[in-house]
Amino acid sequence: MRRLLAVMVALLAVHTALLFVRPSQATPAFEGEGLDVGVVFDVGGRGDKSFNDGAFLGAERAIRELGARVRYIEPGEGTDREAGLRLLAAEGMDLVIGVGFIFSDDLAQLSREYPDVRFAGIDYAPPVDAAGNMIPPPANLAALRFREEQGSFLVGALAALVGDSKKLGFIGGMDFPLIHKFEAGFRAGVQAVCADCQVIAQYAGVTPEAFRNPGRGQELALSQYQSGVNVIFHASGSTGLGVFEAARRRGKLAIGVDSDQQAEAPGFILTSMVKRVDEAVFSAVQSVRDGTFQGGIFQLGLAEQGVDYVYDDHNRALIPDSVRARVEALRAEIVAGRITVPFTR
Amino acid sequence: MIILAFIVQTLRIATPYLLAASGGLLSERAGIIALTLEGWMLTSAFCAALGAHYAQSPWVGLLCGVAGGIVAAALHAVASIRYRANQVVVGIAINLLAIGTTRFFLRLAFDSSSNSPRVPGFDWFTSSGAGAGGVLDTLASLLNPLVVAGLLALPVVGWLLANLPLGLRIRAVGEKPEAAESLGVDPARVRWVAVLAAGALTSLGGVYLALDQHQFTDNMTAGRGFIALAAVIFGNWRPARVAIACVLFAAAETLQIQLQGLQLVPSQFVEMIPYLLTIVALAGIVGRAVPPAALGKPTA
Repeated sequence: MRRLLAVMVALLAVHTALLFVRPSQATPAFEGEGLDVGVVFDVGGRGDKSFNDGAFLGAERAIRELGARVRYIEPGEGTDREAGLRLLAAEGMDLVIGVGFIFSDDLAQLSREYPDVRFAGIDYAPPVDAAGNMIPPPANLAALRFREEQGSFLVGALAALVGDSKKLGFIGGMDFPLIHKFEAGFRAGVQAVCADCQVIAQYAGVTPEAFRNPGRGQELALSQYQSGVNVIFHASGSTGLGVFEAARRRGKLAIGVDSDQQAEAPGFILTSMVKRVDEAVFSAVQSVRDGTFQGGIFQLGLAEQGVDYVYDDHNRALIPDSVRARVEALRAEIVAGRITVPFTR
Repeated sequence: MIILAFIVQTLRIATPYLLAASGGLLSERAGIIALTLEGWMLTSAFCAALGAHYAQSPWVGLLCGVAGGIVAAALHAVASIRYRANQVVVGIAINLLAIGTTRFFLRLAFDSSSNSPRVPGFDWFTSSGAGAGGVLDTLASLLNPLVVAGLLALPVVGWLLANLPLGLRIRAVGEKPEAAESLGVDPARVRWVAVLAAGALTSLGGVYLALDQHQFTDNMTAGRGFIALAAVIFGNWRPARVAIACVLFAAAETLQIQLQGLQLVPSQFVEMIPYLLTIVALAGIVGRAVPPAALGKPTA
């Protein structure tokens, strides 16, 4: 029994130790003047080739161009996210960035506790009061939100124009309002150029696990392609990697999300609906350096270049000039406010 | 064509369930609770991606994946057989350990917390481009050694349990280890063999997931190990019924995938099915669930 206890204690110690071990980066020294920025990543972490990597790129650019000192924290499975933010705030960083809607409540709380620290929340979801009105964030908290529906609208139009089929596919990760924005925009974009087209929208699940289930993504995509869909837009994290695998297998097209996902299946990615998380992070750091930082809710849409779709050498061959012109015309209409894109189903 | 596509998709989805459930059945019949199927699969999926990446060969990936599954199973066996620890606690610990270590080594090997690079898989006969998606192409997606292994796994385990001396010993130590011991069988050794074999079988399910996706992604098993365990319980620890349970769960999932566009049944409901059926089975509403008598009990 004592031996068992010893073994269990040893296992526990090893396990606990593993929680803290990560490839070490030179810990920046915190002394003297300078711009200290802390970034806490969302589930998925760095290397997700998506959201978190976007934030990472923006922060790296801030290091190069603005001379910022950046500290990254990557919360592990089930750890207390709030602790990471609090640690950085307590260290007196100039700016603390939480990457992902999941930090919303913690950021609102901490920005009140540390009024001298500036905070920024990517995809910050403001709390609502009993009447359903958004409660504005404190003055030291910038809520950076994206109008995903506008970018999704453009890729929807693009998909319908290129797809050569009356059926278009959408695969979401978790079935909840943030992802419904993508679906609603995509549908509206399809309808805008092809009134009798049909969008088959499916979700990988109802828990956050649905963003990490490529096996499910592949099966969903295969059955959509089977039913006559030629282009699928995914908004499903790494579940989407399965969608790309299906596109490869069936020789069909898929549309990436959040960042340019062309490299995941070259030749089978029509385009990607990009959220410029890198821009948002970079300009937040810049505003702190320039002393122009402001709290409040910022909606980054097509007009602010917060969302866009990829058009470059990799996919030029897939998109005829006439289609490009049509989509750009739609962009102008949205920017001018003549088209309002819905963000709920 | 629609029916064919349905059957083929069901078989593809059932493959990891069948493989993991055959391992789970073997382990549980020997009296070791198979709560670790999820962790074994995840570990082996990662090892498979690692092997396939460095050797650029799916076969090396297969070997590495099985090796990883056996190592994870050995850890389980050491704690629960050698040190007679509470099997449920060990099971939960190993599942958590698998999530943590795979992510840690993912970061170390590929500098990503999310996924590995693309690795080669068993894609024989899969065409892409023109002509893809036809009947032959649909069938060809089954020409994968691991899908075949999935179809054979439970019949083989069932035959082993029913006909071989080893199978008899496994069943004996799962029901009454004292009786087995009085006949000169070493229960601990039989359990070791069963758990290691279970680890190897289950790992094939993880290898299938990784190689079919051509990469490892963080926590990619997404609860499949638990669904397989649910199939073992719902199948009342009998090979044929377990196989039917696996196919049933997979068919429900396929149905959900193919009908979701129509919004006939809320997807939340279909996701509940395996767990709901397990509770129903355990509650004894349809027949009585009879687990192996010595399940979860350490040997003397």
